[in-house]
Amino acid sequence: MKQLEHETDPKILQALLASRNDYTVEDVLENEMILNMGPQHPATHGVLRLLLRLDGERIIGCIPELGYLHRGYEKMAENMSYYEYIPHTDRLDYISPMANNVAWVLAVEKLAGIEAPKRAQYIRMMIAELARIASHLVQIGSFAMDVGALTVFLWTLREREKILDIWDILCGARFTNSYTRIGGVANDAQPEALAKAKWFIDQFEPYLAEVEQLLNTNRIFIERVDGVGAISKEDAIDLGFCGPNLRACGVELDLRRNAPYLCYDEIDFKIPTYTEGDCLARYFLRLDECRESTKIVKQVIEKMPQGPVHADMPKKVLPQKDEVYTKMEELIHDFMIVNFGINPPVGEIYHAIEGSKGELGFYLVSKGEGHPWKCKIRSPSFNNIHSLPKLVIGHLISDVVAIIGSIDPIMGEADK
Amino acid sequence: MDLKAVIPQKLKEKFPSVEFEVTDYRDELTIKFDKKIVVEICTFLKTDADLEFNWCSDVTAIDWATRKNRFTVVYNIFSIKHNFRLRLKADVDESECSIDTVSSVWKAANWQERETYDMYGIKFNNHPDLRRMYMPEEFEYYPLRKDFPLMGIPGSLPLPKK
Repeated sequence: MKQLEHETDPKILQALLASRNDYTVEDVLENEMILNMGPQHPATHGVLRLLLRLDGERIIGCIPELGYLHRGYEKMAENMSYYEYIPHTDRLDYISPMANNVAWVLAVEKLAGIEAPKRAQYIRMMIAELARIASHLVQIGSFAMDVGALTVFLWTLREREKILDIWDILCGARFTNSYTRIGGVANDAQPEALAKAKWFIDQFEPYLAEVEQLLNTNRIFIERVDGVGAISKEDAIDLGFCGPNLRACGVELDLRRNAPYLCYDEIDFKIPTYTEGDCLARYFLRLDECRESTKIVKQVIEKMPQGPVHADMPKKVLPQKDEVYTKMEELIHDFMIVNFGINPPVGEIYHAIEGSKGELGFYLVSKGEGHPWKCKIRSPSFNNIHSLPKLVIGHLISDVVAIIGSIDPIMGEADK
Repeated sequence: MDLKAVIPQKLKEKFPSVEFEVTDYRDELTIKFDKKIVVEICTFLKTDADLEFNWCSDVTAIDWATRKNRFTVVYNIFSIKHNFRLRLKADVDESECSIDTVSSVWKAANWQERETYDMYGIKFNNHPDLRRMYMPEEFEYYPLRKDFPLMGIPGSLPLPKK
């Protein structure tokens, strides 16, 4: 704040300090203003704080401040076993916890050399794509709400509610799911859950079209976001943009295609891209991704093979509870895994999935112990917020709200 | 073109006097080198027409606690053109806890290096804005160092004044 005092007109500063009121409106208008936006601001989607430097209503400088939700998840990971950490990944990107669960177990499986059975992989693909739809629905709704179209939020959240219902059947939790396990998933997907997912996909597209109609024919909405917060392809790559935001700039980078994990290479889907790189392109792209995800879920449900959902590796994969209670061997394994962990070999790996916000990766270093020596979360929101100053400079304050909504940062993930 | 063979070979041609330690574990290529030339190597990897590592995905560090070179700074870079991921590593010792910044090469590294500084106390020379990322500016410790207790240090985070 000391710096600000120097830059404010001394006349105004003196007048303010002395509680005089002989400064004129011209004195005020000639000066730049610093506006503090957040961390408690409904439009910053959590606890993001922005320091804005304003010339009138136009932004000439922006500094994001992070850390209001820093819980030290990387430190905690170093002090707990790989299994214990699964529920904590729910709290990273709390809009799509299922995708985080999948990312974590895939990283650990790569480190420990486990391969989950085919059916488990298909279930993981299904939940990751449903999580993407849920996340994009929240983004579209809240983005529209940020620029004044309140109705859409209710419509998209109604659809998201149905996905939460699927998760409710699948694992008993609607929000913080912790459904995946190392070497598989917690329990086999019930026929009811699959039927519900199928029903959801079948009825979803007309609703999405309605949402689209509501926004695309809304002149106020289009004019608020068209051409706002545009960024070029080169700048976006240089600043570390990722995920849907990067694809809206014309870069076809999607880890489902570039580095296929799970069984994405057996599924037919498109990677939508736009070239404009503005808020409108990011909104269109998310709509398209919702459609592609519904296609993926449809194919996944059709192709899903029967079979076990746990890898047959007793020393690495937790046994089922009914076996633990009835068989000696399983009881021993359960005891060893819970108390000492799965001890992956010495080494380091990085595994990333295409999360709903972008590249969600875990860099794990193992010393052969039950807990990771180092766990780094490569969070997409953190890297997306980095580009925010570049996007907002030159726009109005009201556009900042639209731009934040369009890049879809989740502070739980950005702050770790 | 197999980039796994091409990259080490190209680096050796370009920097003949530098020792490179190349490892390939679980299909991930890692190259380790001296910290003094990190900016030259990164610039080369980014600008070389056959490589084009133009996307900096992540910068972080590892604290080895008892080792002589206590920290290792890790760069995770990606070539969108060739769809190839590469990990770079450079050791940093506690007595001289600094390394040159690569934020001039990739702007994305700016925040990632700030985060590494915040968590490990590794200074990035010539960084344009080396402030703490998450912790308050007056916080004295570096939380991800192994000697920082999990429970935190009582009194290290002052409560806001009333």
